[in-house]
Amino acid sequence: MSSLFAFTLLGLFTGAAYAIMASGLVLTYATTRVFNLAHGAFGMVLAFTFWDFSQRQGLPTLLSLFLVLGVVAPAIGFFIQRVVTRGLGEGPVSVALVVTVGLLVLLIGAAQYIWPPEPRVLLPFYAETGWQLGDTYITAHQLITIVCSIVVALGLYLLLNRTRIGTAMRASVDNPELLRFFGGKPDTAAALAWAIGMSLAALAGILLTPVVGLDYYALTLLVINAYAAAMLGRLKSLPLTFVGAMGLGILESLAVAYLPTDGFWSTIRPVIPAIFLFVLVVAMPQTQLRIGQVKGIIAAPVPKLGKSLGAGGVLLAAAFVLIGIVSRSDVLLIGVAATYAMVMLSLVLLTGYGGHVSLAQFTFAGVGALAYAKLDQPNLLGLVLAAAIAAGVGALVALPVLRLTGLYLALSTLAFAVLMDKVIFQADFAFKFNGTLATERLSVFGIQIASDTAYVWFMVLAFVAMGLFLLWLRRGALGRILIATRDSPSGCGTLGLDLRWFRVGLFSLSAGMAGVAGALFAGLRGTVGAADFLYFQSLLVLLCAVIFGVTSVTGALFGGTALMLLRSAPPELAAVSFVVLGIGAVLLARDPNGIANYLFTLGRRVSGKLLPRWEEQLRERLDGLLKPGRPQPARSVDTAFDTAFDAGADTGADTGADRKITVPEGVS
Amino acid sequence: MALLEVEDVLVRFGGVTAVNRASFTAESGRITGLIGPNGAGKTTCFNVITGLQKPTQGRVRYRDRDITRWPVHRRAGHGIGRTFQRLEAFGSLSVRDNVRVAREIHGGPLAWIRPAGRWGGRSLLEVEVLLDRVGISDYADERADSIPTGAARLLELARALACDPKLLLLDEPSSGLDETETDSFGALLSDLADEGAAILMVEHDMDLVMGVCDEIHVLDFGEIIASGAPADIRADSSVQRAYLGYSPDDADDAHGAASDHTSEMEAVIP
Repeated sequence: MSSLFAFTLLGLFTGAAYAIMASGLVLTYATTRVFNLAHGAFGMVLAFTFWDFSQRQGLPTLLSLFLVLGVVAPAIGFFIQRVVTRGLGEGPVSVALVVTVGLLVLLIGAAQYIWPPEPRVLLPFYAETGWQLGDTYITAHQLITIVCSIVVALGLYLLLNRTRIGTAMRASVDNPELLRFFGGKPDTAAALAWAIGMSLAALAGILLTPVVGLDYYALTLLVINAYAAAMLGRLKSLPLTFVGAMGLGILESLAVAYLPTDGFWSTIRPVIPAIFLFVLVVAMPQTQLRIGQVKGIIAAPVPKLGKSLGAGGVLLAAAFVLIGIVSRSDVLLIGVAATYAMVMLSLVLLTGYGGHVSLAQFTFAGVGALAYAKLDQPNLLGLVLAAAIAAGVGALVALPVLRLTGLYLALSTLAFAVLMDKVIFQADFAFKFNGTLATERLSVFGIQIASDTAYVWFMVLAFVAMGLFLLWLRRGALGRILIATRDSPSGCGTLGLDLRWFRVGLFSLSAGMAGVAGALFAGLRGTVGAADFLYFQSLLVLLCAVIFGVTSVTGALFGGTALMLLRSAPPELAAVSFVVLGIGAVLLARDPNGIANYLFTLGRRVSGKLLPRWEEQLRERLDGLLKPGRPQPARSVDTAFDTAFDAGADTGADTGADRKITVPEGVS
Repeated sequence: MALLEVEDVLVRFGGVTAVNRASFTAESGRITGLIGPNGAGKTTCFNVITGLQKPTQGRVRYRDRDITRWPVHRRAGHGIGRTFQRLEAFGSLSVRDNVRVAREIHGGPLAWIRPAGRWGGRSLLEVEVLLDRVGISDYADERADSIPTGAARLLELARALACDPKLLLLDEPSSGLDETETDSFGALLSDLADEGAAILMVEHDMDLVMGVCDEIHVLDFGEIIASGAPADIRADSSVQRAYLGYSPDDADDAHGAASDHTSEMEAVIP
């Protein structure tokens, strides 16, 4: 029993650090309604900053600590709130999520750029000091951690309950407009919350570094621990968050103590926060539909069928030519681009049309690849089965969360992605640890698509087919219902739509599409392993999709190509590419139509204004050449600009607006 | 048996009691008014009936079945339709598609994947008829978030009607309508009731309420303080007190003051 006590005590120390991190997360979320997915990443960067001050530049520890917690962290928090996240809380959840994912990727890139990978050690505070308590040894660092958490708890309690600004912070949760009306300053409250939140992230990061190591990704992922702890208090209650954090710390400690040290169970430890999270989510009571309209957003135009078919044909022809002239390695890269583009198509359905964010889309591709490799049925049946398995897994992820709102769904997908990445994909029944599985290329009706060129062209064909399917869906009843659920969930509910199952179906269909992409990717590679489907890939896919336009097939095409180019850049540029992607997402996330939509607008302007003028000039010249008086044949000038995949539909109201039917007079 | 019976419903938000043991009914073929000052709990009652709000206590019975625990969509599927006080139109769809999508949701999942063709054509015609019936055909091609409030309320009515409701809950449907529009709206309500629908309406336009309602329930601070025919409601002293702060019956002081009150009250409750 004494070892149980010892491990519980050890768990309390880690739990105390989690509590500090989680309370910062809750403070920023509760005050500004922006869930900072980059909370752990900020902690990571600030822990590196502390290392830089105290180790590299040799400043005294206390001074470094003061500089990081008291100057750098609050300044960053203030800056981020003022420049990046201001006003995000009032918009759709998906935008705030994409912006903070952008920050996360940006910070990882920046950290790798400023502090290139090399072994770094951040020693615990007073590393030599400790006390023997029974059969447990307590270090000074652990004691400091627990004291810090108590100070943070007390400080936050006093701030929120005993000061004017604290009251304003609590009030701005409910209604910032009303607060402003009564002379409060919601902006000041928001900036203060972010400044304090950032300091807490830094403190937790520094305290946890001796435990998890000075690692870009491990510290970033602490956001899942913090989120799991905060879930107990529904992202609102600080006392419950502390309880959650302690519980999680103890659970982890006991897992180390009592789970077997080899085999499958030994890999469970790093994902205990994710499991803890799923258990909490399943136990959460149902949220009710909220009334209060989200303003309709301007979506990218939906092209008519003829136009989509034409553009698809043009793309296939272009791909055929391109595949014929580039080198073999570049042909494979086109296949990779097609994979990314197909995964982004699944995001067009889920995020662009449906308004839900998934941070695990590439993991679903991984499930598809794994299923395809394991089934060993390199034909269309195997492809369909792989997609069905990915869709089933997608439904399993969405099911426990289907009673909750979009934010919880998105955050749970991140936990799921990490779980798959760290445990399932590396398990013996899957790709095995550091292992790969061999896959054969697809046969269609008995004919194997063996050559690289044919296979890559087939992948482009699959992209086009998927894009056409998506647009067909969007034009039909399902597409209208998707838009309706995004505009007003309560409206849909009171018309008889079961939103929960609709959402599961949508999520599952999207996961299935990603699964197809993954299965085709497995065939392209010949061997696939867990390393191909790291959770981080999903974040990059999401960012690229949003930057290039997550509401259109064209956006997915461009996004897929861009991500392939970024990922195939030399390794020393990887950090820079993260920074570029992150900045792009932060700048462009507010308009999910992305770069593709600018192109549509440009295309319409050209065909609407410039072309008629050119045509006129051309006609005048022709008139001068030809005999006067002879009538000119009418020419369609628009065709040249139909090549953009889905540009060109009507700008005005949505689908079906062009399908007018006349009602005979007198019908009433 | 009334189509809808609200029995002893209590809704508490923290320390605030929004609806306090309210009981009332709505019957098929009749228009029932639910009136009361702002904050009396009228919209909360609607939310309880449609399932958007769980009552702390009490029951909702519909067609002799206890539906208190039913989810929102199931109630809608059984013929309870509503409009919202704060509009819930689908802003990025056209007005026509708003009604069309309502029919499609009503048709169930099989209708979503059925190819357009003949069924689609007939369904589209029904949509046009509905738009014409509520009088918003002129806006059919415009985005729903760009039309005037009055038209958006009528759109919500058309959307609810697209699901063939047996019970129709209208939350302040006439605000945003001008006088002529309100008149034809009243006529439309009477037609709908004649066709057999039960209509329950929250409304501040007393001319409309008194003109079309068969029965009226008055809510004040979450309690039903009066129920009856329009004429009885107009004469009820507790209703006058709720609306004006006092009733002419209380005014035993100067005779002149009392007649002032009466004229003032007639301005509010004609």
